[in-house]
Amino acid sequence: MLLEAPFTEAKIRALRVGDMVEITGVIFTGRDAVHKYLHDGGKPPVDLRDSIIYHCGPVVVKEDGKWVVKAAGPTTSAREEPYQGPLMEQYGIRAVIGKGGMGPKTLQYCQKVGAVYLHAIGGAAQVLAERVVAVKGVHFAEKFGSPEAIWEFQVDRFPAVVTMDSHGQSLHAQVLEASSGKLKQLLG
Amino acid sequence: MDAKVLQKNLLELIRRTSVELPSDVVRAIEAGARKEAAGSNAKYAFDVIRENIGMAKVKSQPLCQDTGTIIVYADLPGWCDEKTFRKAYEKATAEATKVGYLRQNSVDAITGANSGDNLGPGSPSFHFHQASGKALTVRMMLKGGGCENVSTQYSLPDSRLGAGRDLEGVRRCILDSALQAQGKGCGPGILGVCVGGDRGTGYIAAKETLFREMDDVNEDPRLAKLEKRILKEANGLGVGPMGFGGATTLMGVKITHRNRVPASFFVSVAYMCWAFRRNGFVLSEGGRISRWLYAS
Repeated sequence: MLLEAPFTEAKIRALRVGDMVEITGVIFTGRDAVHKYLHDGGKPPVDLRDSIIYHCGPVVVKEDGKWVVKAAGPTTSAREEPYQGPLMEQYGIRAVIGKGGMGPKTLQYCQKVGAVYLHAIGGAAQVLAERVVAVKGVHFAEKFGSPEAIWEFQVDRFPAVVTMDSHGQSLHAQVLEASSGKLKQLLG
Repeated sequence: MDAKVLQKNLLELIRRTSVELPSDVVRAIEAGARKEAAGSNAKYAFDVIRENIGMAKVKSQPLCQDTGTIIVYADLPGWCDEKTFRKAYEKATAEATKVGYLRQNSVDAITGANSGDNLGPGSPSFHFHQASGKALTVRMMLKGGGCENVSTQYSLPDSRLGAGRDLEGVRRCILDSALQAQGKGCGPGILGVCVGGDRGTGYIAAKETLFREMDDVNEDPRLAKLEKRILKEANGLGVGPMGFGGATTLMGVKITHRNRVPASFFVSVAYMCWAFRRNGFVLSEGGRISRWLYAS
């Protein structure tokens, strides 16, 4: 299903674990340095209300004076677990895209503030770069270095799966529980 | 020997390894995709993975932006000494980084400073052996951080798993490693396993066994049986690609063994992601490619 900007609370609340979405609109990259900076009280250089944050350190190069995205797969989200929930609440972030899922703290905040976790396909750097149709801007490139900067990406039909929703459900928790049960049976 | 020719061919090996999956890996991915139900999250993951494989090859750009630890095995004949090879490979690595076949992916362990060219202490990671004939054989692997982080080592006996010092204990460890990894290693994965050795040789041998072809059969019948059984059982766990749930949790299990001291019994598991980038070639004297080790 299509998830199109603006990313309002109503649209996000309508999403359920297992939904396969294609995102169209502007998203912001942000990983370790950005999350720590915001958590420590730094001011965001962009309006994060109803935004989507993408855990990604892209490879972006300048060709003929224009930014071109060469690779843009997700990075492991678990590292942002201490920061993500409070930042969602403080700034009205509606979704994060990453890989590997996040923990119970983030899941609680998703429920509280109306946000979701979107799982991109790890390793699919080319497909995901292809869906970034324009680079609208970049912030903190000097301060944090290119992979850690906030890149404003215009994306078109960017594929992801809802694995944590705003109703307290986590596909990661479900799969872990089910697979642990099966392993227990196998090991007797 | 012409060092320039050697360097140029090594650059092509790095390029091909980073942008193309060998056909045995692609076949395993296709087989996995066929097992997933239409409309499922697992099928969706496979669709994106398959599209990505095709796109990376056509664009000659890295399959995954984490171009990994660069692991290199070279069997050196008389005409190529270690120093010469190392120098040529390092030059090829710096060039590959410059043109974007590799990401700037090697940082100082203490300060985190990026060397910018993938060179530094232990990078690339070289393993040299003496060749018996006149040919120079080179194998390489790019192993990303996500799958390396879920690789693990067990010391038997392990009371949590009820794992003793026998093949049943080994089975328990390997199945547990697949469960613990969930989707975090960018599954469906391939497990390279070493039974025995010390902690260091165990991990090295576990990675080396990933150079086997995906669909080969272990020449040790006990291990062949175990590989088959574990593959089936792990896929029954239902972790699925990316941990989305599904029929394909693993695409392969490869087990080897090394002698151990009586006091130790390690099971080392090297988890490899679906973006299983390994390749190799044989060079004739002078450094020209005479054949590739994996069909493309």
